[in-house]
Parts: sequence; structure tokens; C-alpha cells
Amino acid sequence: MKLKKILPQLATLFVVVLIFGFFTMNAQLNMENRGIDFGYGFLTQESSFDVQFSLIEYSGSDSYGRAYLVGLLNTLLVSVLGIIICTIIGVIIGIARLSPNYLIRTTAAWYVEFFRNIPLLLQIFFWYYAALRALPLPQDAEAIFGASYLTIKGFYTPSLIWENLDIFIYSVIAAIVAIVFVRTHAKKLRENQGKHLPVLNISIAILFILPLLTFLFGGVSVGYETPELKQLAKTSFKFEGGLSIPPELLSLVIALSLYTATFVAECVRAGIQGVGKGQREAAASIGLNRKQVLNLIIMPQALRIIIPPTTNQYLNLTKNSSLAAAIAYPDLVLVFAGTALMQTGKAIEIVSITMLTYLTLSLSISFFMNWYNAKIAIVEK
Amino acid sequence: MFKHLKQLTSLVAMVAVLFTFTTETMAAKKSKTLKNTQKKGFVRCGVSQGLPGFSNADAAGNWTGVDVDVCRAVAAAVLGDASKVKYTPLSAKERFTALTSGEIDILSRNTTWTLSRDADIGLTFVGVNFYDGQGFMVRKSSGITSTDQFKNGISACTNIGTTTELNMRDFFNSRGISYEPVAFEKADEVVAAYDAGRCDTYTTDKSGLAAQRTKMSNPDEHIVLPETISKEPLGPVVRQGDSVWEDIVRWSLNTMIEAEEYGITSGNADMMKTSDNPAIKRLVGSEGELGAAFGLDNDWSYRIITQVGNYGESYKRNIADTGILPDRGPNELWTKGGILYVPPAR
Repeated sequence: MKLKKILPQLATLFVVVLIFGFFTMNAQLNMENRGIDFGYGFLTQESSFDVQFSLIEYSGSDSYGRAYLVGLLNTLLVSVLGIIICTIIGVIIGIARLSPNYLIRTTAAWYVEFFRNIPLLLQIFFWYYAALRALPLPQDAEAIFGASYLTIKGFYTPSLIWENLDIFIYSVIAAIVAIVFVRTHAKKLRENQGKHLPVLNISIAILFILPLLTFLFGGVSVGYETPELKQLAKTSFKFEGGLSIPPELLSLVIALSLYTATFVAECVRAGIQGVGKGQREAAASIGLNRKQVLNLIIMPQALRIIIPPTTNQYLNLTKNSSLAAAIAYPDLVLVFAGTALMQTGKAIEIVSITMLTYLTLSLSISFFMNWYNAKIAIVEK
Repeated sequence: MFKHLKQLTSLVAMVAVLFTFTTETMAAKKSKTLKNTQKKGFVRCGVSQGLPGFSNADAAGNWTGVDVDVCRAVAAAVLGDASKVKYTPLSAKERFTALTSGEIDILSRNTTWTLSRDADIGLTFVGVNFYDGQGFMVRKSSGITSTDQFKNGISACTNIGTTTELNMRDFFNSRGISYEPVAFEKADEVVAAYDAGRCDTYTTDKSGLAAQRTKMSNPDEHIVLPETISKEPLGPVVRQGDSVWEDIVRWSLNTMIEAEEYGITSGNADMMKTSDNPAIKRLVGSEGELGAAFGLDNDWSYRIITQVGNYGESYKRNIADTGILPDRGPNELWTKGGILYVPPAR
């Protein structure tokens, strides 16, 4: 009986291994015939190409391995920024679609229909080429809030220069730990003795006062550096100093978040509409106020519906970020599966690493969201 | 009776096996790529995604350019008809994989011959059909007239996956200038970004700069700086391991160059058949048995010259008359002060 169950599975496994083995052998044979070497040794070789934008120190004298890391971090940066922004826009639009106000409701509906029905690559091109062309050259740019500039060569804004930044970060971590402690204590107090503590006010106070103390006693100080216009040639200028965000990153994040936000908005709307009207009315009838109804009754049930499809959208956004190659944003695909592949000719090695990386990224997001979903799932009693 | 029948069939089978074996080796000698090409009836040629003068398609889908002419020459030699070419437009990133994986049989796409490409990745360069070098384009209004005027922080648009990216780094590093590389996958995207003002300079092979300038919204606003920062010998590439095919492509190109040297054009090739010069007679196929070495007939080179023309005709038609690079510079025959010099066809 047991054998009957296991045998088909073993057979399937055998076939899968066979297919995989066949492809590996085929690739090996063909590469041998064509005089192509296989190996990952190139990862430690000098890359000898530069990358426009990197979160870590990198130059052409570093290895291909480090170039991979540069690309990976740039992909992560776009994905994280995109996920955060698309969630914010998506939630707002999703709620707006249920607004009793006709104007807000219709505008939100138009937004969703417009942005989700235009191919993403086209939108990226629009934000990069069409919107970029409309921006002024550095020398013509008007200051925004006195010291920030949006130009065709990027967005420039003052950067903060910290002293003893580590102490400040520790104080923020300490504040967060303290807040968690206060919240659990308040919960116990509420459940055991029925007392309500003003948790929100206390949390905000801790979050501000602790880091503030480090300025007074911890030797933390902060200055700033503003971007300055520099002349390169007669009609060619650029800003130097401060924080600069390349236009490739800007347009990619804008395009990805606006596009994905439409799908998130639909998830949010579905989630909220999925909670029965009776739930709201029942909650109101036992005397909960509007905020409590939303926080305690609607959201816990709505999130159950919202999270799984939204996870898919986060995964899509991460994978779509590989379209960056079209507009010169140095992400994993452009730097590693593009330039590095070209310079080394190691197609199979590099593509396999890239595929494995995206798989790992997607699975990590998926695991995290599944964990979060399990955590907020309603426990049946 | 049955016993005999059995013996007979095994004998027939043995003969059949032997026979197929011998025809196989004959064909293998003839080159697998050549055999496949003749069976398909067209030459599979990898070209650029649109570089005027080198490989560019018009609105009707007809490809022209000096790189295209190399593939047409091979088609004329191998199939007897220069128009029997199937073109596959490839980005810089895709080109070598397309060749090594067998999707195309000739890569004729302004590709620089370097040691690592030749030795490492299963490719063989067969010659040079254009001697080029990397240069910079800037806006006229910037007042820059030489690369010496480049300053720290300059942004440079270019293509990914080319020798350009490496040369650019060597150039700026050796001069201690910090720069911002903005690298796109397609040439059209580079041009659009530079044209929009995203970059201060656009760098690629000088022939490419000259060709792309014609695509700008206002070509007169841009100039190519005089400095050349690298050697870029561009030429056709084939897969490693098929030496007959390699020879066919190499000598198709050489034939075009040598025909110009001897003054044979598409117009006078017929008259040249009765020339007094044996070198000329060999090139137009009225003397010698040059084609036999490749498994081709003797008129292979004659067809190249009549259907495609010599190198000078190809250059004039595609690069000079289109206003891209009227001056041939190093791409002039060695007898006229250039460096085009090919081994003799004999």
C-alpha cells in the first residue's frame, strides 16, 4: 500500500533528474565542442568597468563578484523603495475607491484603469525619456525649498553630515525596544486590570526624547552640505556635493510604484469590501467608536484577504525592476547579466547566478509575507 | 533459403552503413555550416539593430551597409545569390551568444577584434573590414574642442557590453578625471539620452558617432572630437571549430578588398575575364581552381564582385555617399596610403 503511494513520486523524481541531467550534459557537450570553458573563477577577476551608481565602494579595479554585489544592492534599493511607495499609494487609492465622495471615487477609479492598462516598459520609457526631456538643465534649474534642484541630470538635495552617528542609531534602537516594552506592559495592564494607558503618546515621547538626549549629552551633532553648481564647459554644468539621486533611479521608482500601486489598490479595495457590512454594524452596536471599528474589526479581517495577493504584487515589482536595463539604471540585470556577461562571455554561469538570485529574492519576500499572514490570521477558538 | 536471405540482408545493411559513413565524412570535410547553409538556401547573418553605413534596414526591411555586404558576399559565393541572407538584428549583449549557440553563422556587426574575445569564448575573427577607434561626441555649444578640456564630474553616455566601456575607464582613469558612466543596452537609447541632455558626452567608435549623429534631432549641433582613444579593428566573426566556413568568410572579405586593389569592379568584371594579368584572372575565376579548396565552384569570387562589388564600391555606396565618413582614412588600400592589406588570392 505504501509502495503504491511512493512509486509514482519516485518515478516523477527520476524523470525530473533525468531531464535535468540531459540538459546539463547537452550544455556541457556543446560548450566543449565550441571550446567554451565552464567555471565560476571569473568572479574574482578584475572587472575593469565602472558603474554609474553604487551603494558600496566600487571601481573597475574591484572584482566581478563585487560588481555582482553592486547590481544586487541596486536591485534591492529599487525594490524596497518601490514596495514602500506602492503600498502607500495603493492603500490610499484603494480606500479612495470606496469613498462616498463622487469626485475622489471616480478619480481613483480612473487612476487604476489608466496605469494598470499601459505596459510597464512603456511607462518606464515615458518617465525617463518624456518626463526627463521636460526637466531643465542644471544651470536653468530653480531651487526647490531653497537648496534642492530637479534637473535632467538628477535630483540634488542637501545631505546631512553626522557626527557620532552610531550613538544616535543606538539611541533610536533603544527607543524602539522601550516602546515595545511599554506596549506589552500596557496590554497586560488593560487585560488584567482594565486600565488604559495613553500608549501612542508615550511611544511618541520616547521616540523623540531618547535620541534628543544624545544631541545634548552624547556628542551627536548634525550639519548639512548643499549642492553647488559647477561649470564643466561653456554650456555644460552639474551640481556637486550634497545628496544626488540619478534620474534613472527616480523614473524607475516612479514608474514601478505607480504601476504596482494600481494592483495593490485593487487588493485593498477587495479586502475592505470582503468584510461583511454586518460586522461594522455589530461593532458599532456594542459601542466601539469609528477608530476601534477600523482597527479591531475591519482591518484584522480585511488584511487576511489583502496580504496574499499583495505579496504577488511585491514579487512582480521586484522582478519587474529588471526592466531597469532599458533606461541605464545599473541593476543586477544591467551590471551583471549585461556588462559582466558581455565582458567575460560566461553566459551560462552568469545567467544561472542571476536566476538563482531572483529566485532567492522572491522566495524571501514570499516567506516574510507568509509569516506575516500567519501572524495576523484569525485564530479560530 | 531463409538462411541465405538473412545473410543477404546483413550484407546489404553493412554496405548501407559503410556507404552512409563515407558520404558523411565527405560532407563533414565540406564543413557542417556550409552544408547546412546550402540546404537551407540562405546565409544566417547577425547584424546591428541599426547603424547607418554598417548595417541598417530601410522602411521596406532591406538591409544595407559594409557589414551587410560581407554577408551578401558570402551568400553570393556559397549560394550564388547575394540576396539570400537572413538578417538577425542583435544587441551588443546578445551577439556572441547568438553566434556560439548556432542561431547565426556569421556575426558581421561592427565587432572589435580583441584577444580575449578571440581566445576565450568560442569565437574566431576572420579579418578586419573597418579600422576604427573610439572617440567622443560633444555639443558644439559647450565650447569643448578637445578631450583635454574634460573636467571632473563629466557624464558620459555609452552602450553596455562593449569594449567602449573598458576604454572609457582606461581613458578617464589614466587622466585622473572622475566621470559618471551612463550605460544603455541599445544604441538608440544612448542617442536619445545624450540628445536630451542627460550626458555631456557620448562615446563609442568614431564611425558609430558619425553614423549616429545623422539620427540626432539637429546633427549640426554636435561635433566629434579629434582624439582617438583606442584601436577598434571591426570585423566579421564565426564560430570556432569549422575551419572551412572560417576560410570562406575570410576570403569572401579578402576578395572584395583585393578586387579593389586590382581595379576590378562590379561593372568591369566581365571584361576582366580576358585580362592579361593572371592575378586578375584568378579573382574573376577564369584561371586556377581557387574555389575547389572550399568545396565551391570556380566562379565564387566572380559572383562576389559582380553582385556585391569590391570594397571601395561598398564603402562609397554605404559610408561615403551617405555623408557618414566621406574620408576613408585608414580604410584606404595600402597602395593609397591606408592600411587595408590582404594576403594574395592564389
